[in-house]
Amino acid sequence: MAEKEIDEPTGTETTGHAWDGIKELNNPLPRWWLIVFWVTVVWSIGYWVLMPAWPGLPGIGGYTKGVRDHSERANVTEAVAALDAQRADDTRRLLAAPDMQAIENDPDLQAFALAAGESLFGDNCATCHGAGGQGFKGYPNLNDDSWLWGGQLEEIRQTLRYGIRSGHENAHLSIMQAFGSDGLLPRETVDDLVHYVRGLSGQEHDGTAAERAAPVFQAQCAQCHGSDGKGDQSQGAPNLTDPIWLYGGDAMTIRETLWNGRGGVMPAWEERLSEEEILALAVYVHSLGGGE
Amino acid sequence: MSNTELSGDIQRHEVEPVNAATRRKFYKAREPIYPKRVKGTFRNLKWVIMALTLGVYYLVPWIRWPRGPGEPDQAVLVDFAGRRFYFFFIEIWPDQLYFLTGLLIIAALALFLATALFGRVWCGYSCPQTVWTDLFIWVERKIEGDRNARIKLARAPWTFDKIRKRVTKHAIWIFIGMATGGAWMLYFHDAPTIARDFFIGEAPFTAYFFFALLTLTTYIFAGSMREQVCTYMCPWPRIQAALTDEETLQVTYKYDRGEPRGPHKKGDTWEGRGDCVSCKACVIACPMGIDIREGPQLECINCALCIDACDDIMKKVDRPTGLIGYDTDANIARRQAGEKPQTKLVRPRTILYGGVLALVCALMVIGLTSQATMVVNVLRDRTPPFILMSDGSIRNAYTVKIVNRENYEREMKITLEGPEGMTVGAVGEEAEGSTVTLDAPGDTVRSVRIFATLTPDEAYGNSIPVIIRVTDPETGEEVVNPTVFMAGRE
Repeated sequence: MAEKEIDEPTGTETTGHAWDGIKELNNPLPRWWLIVFWVTVVWSIGYWVLMPAWPGLPGIGGYTKGVRDHSERANVTEAVAALDAQRADDTRRLLAAPDMQAIENDPDLQAFALAAGESLFGDNCATCHGAGGQGFKGYPNLNDDSWLWGGQLEEIRQTLRYGIRSGHENAHLSIMQAFGSDGLLPRETVDDLVHYVRGLSGQEHDGTAAERAAPVFQAQCAQCHGSDGKGDQSQGAPNLTDPIWLYGGDAMTIRETLWNGRGGVMPAWEERLSEEEILALAVYVHSLGGGE
Repeated sequence: MSNTELSGDIQRHEVEPVNAATRRKFYKAREPIYPKRVKGTFRNLKWVIMALTLGVYYLVPWIRWPRGPGEPDQAVLVDFAGRRFYFFFIEIWPDQLYFLTGLLIIAALALFLATALFGRVWCGYSCPQTVWTDLFIWVERKIEGDRNARIKLARAPWTFDKIRKRVTKHAIWIFIGMATGGAWMLYFHDAPTIARDFFIGEAPFTAYFFFALLTLTTYIFAGSMREQVCTYMCPWPRIQAALTDEETLQVTYKYDRGEPRGPHKKGDTWEGRGDCVSCKACVIACPMGIDIREGPQLECINCALCIDACDDIMKKVDRPTGLIGYDTDANIARRQAGEKPQTKLVRPRTILYGGVLALVCALMVIGLTSQATMVVNVLRDRTPPFILMSDGSIRNAYTVKIVNRENYEREMKITLEGPEGMTVGAVGEEAEGSTVTLDAPGDTVRSVRIFATLTPDEAYGNSIPVIIRVTDPETGEEVVNPTVFMAGRE
């Protein structure tokens, strides 16, 4: 601006900006605003010195650490350690329990295990088994009384520890063969078997087809599922006579299972969770109501 | 500033009210106010109320009230850690926070009623801002002297004597502030314990934080901000205008009697003139820096000190007291019309406020005296809403939360009343038929998940109404919770 323009009525300099003939006065900033502004400037300089602030130069990397050597990650680690220390007594009692039934019988210990188990379940298990352990197709419902590998406390704990087909040497292992796609059985026999399996749980089926498949079932399936089809928990073979199906009990799904086989995987949680966390989880899963 | 001689020993003060209506601007640096000492009925009343309110504030946390083992023996305690509020015989749990709401409603209505009857009595006598400011002004006067001496000191150069007086004054103010902040935390912890922990440096951080905060606010609000808190920060002056009417008793300058005002010499006639001798004793007594003769105004807290100041003068000029006094706008109009003034305390407005206040108080008393010693909440599990069992039966789960407000363990029976054949179970608890028996520990919440299993008959629909009944066989207390059983049908 070449020349200062003074607004006559107020005696204040204008900024030179005009909108529809209305001129903007160059009033000074409010003093409080200016003070706050300078305080923030001073604050930011103090912040650079005290706290991590600037990224490192290109090629060098890292960042300025600041005098206080503040680290959010270290704080979290510290807080977690403090929490663990706070829970040390309960954790020790949990690990010292003679057996898992003793944990369930002690109301305090049970409450501790349930609270820990519930949050662990939400973090680790709910992705597949659902928030309430209700399960999805291929992921068992943990609320019902049908267990592939056993629903007693100790059995749940074993499953949690080593997983199912997890690759761990102690993992539960069972194989549902792909009878169709591997060419173990001809197509018509697989179709007949679908009727036989449907018949086991009292569902609608073709009686003559089922009759044809009966000797096939005894020869191919009974070894794991039992001659009566009631399954075997020691081998992880599901009970085929109840109304609970992991993948589905309709003819199409049963045929798919027979044709392609099944082999769901559960990780070995021993590799990710501590001993006491697995204990707490086992107590929690047992409390969902399906436990034996 | 000169003081001219008036009749007798009465002085006429040549001052302008600091916050006179004509001098108020939107933005203005504060001008200090130096209220002059006043003696009289209302000043005495204010001393008594100050002693009472400060006494209550500082001493109540020390009152003991035995409640039995495991519970604090402090009469008034806000226990955040234990999530309880104790007030003598009343114990409030977090789920009963509505009692606090009720208390606030009562406080608001009482304020409405008092304001409708007597104007801003809360502001003038019992508001903490008024009480502590009054106390601070008293300290100031004890150290620096009365009004004129204080004005002189403020203008004086910084001599040793001035520094000594100022340092002493501020030190005492800060000490009072510290006592205020210190007493505050006593309401949130066991008083003797926190008092000891505080001095040996073992009190929690929050205690020190609030101690510092209240010390600071007391010192600043009562020391340097004073009337600005009432005028600029407090919303109450704006609200009160809607609560008063022409029959409300307020501190009033009776202009019908005072005007026309003017200086009066001893022996002059009082005929044809008002009683106000323009001495401005009311102005220099005012802690708000206003002139009451300008009529009711936002700044006036109705502290009544101008009444005492004026009465003192009226006695000296041998006129009846009460030129400034509790009066109503309606009475001024009545006197001007030649009618008899009257006090109408019972008006539709006061009946309404009083009635609603009585109603809320009654509800609170009923609520507090009929508190249940057990509360039950039933949450139906939604994930999954029902579970198919291997034998074809259906199971539903319910989380039952039992709040045992007694401080001893009680045996509770949870009974599920539903269709024939429904069985009940709970992990780790005894169950028999449709009843689960369990122990609910004292003074806490017991949460238990119960399972109801049924082979649903086709006759029932998908949603079967059931009742979860929780009873304490010992006391016969019973809570009934209607809920539903989902049969798992489409």
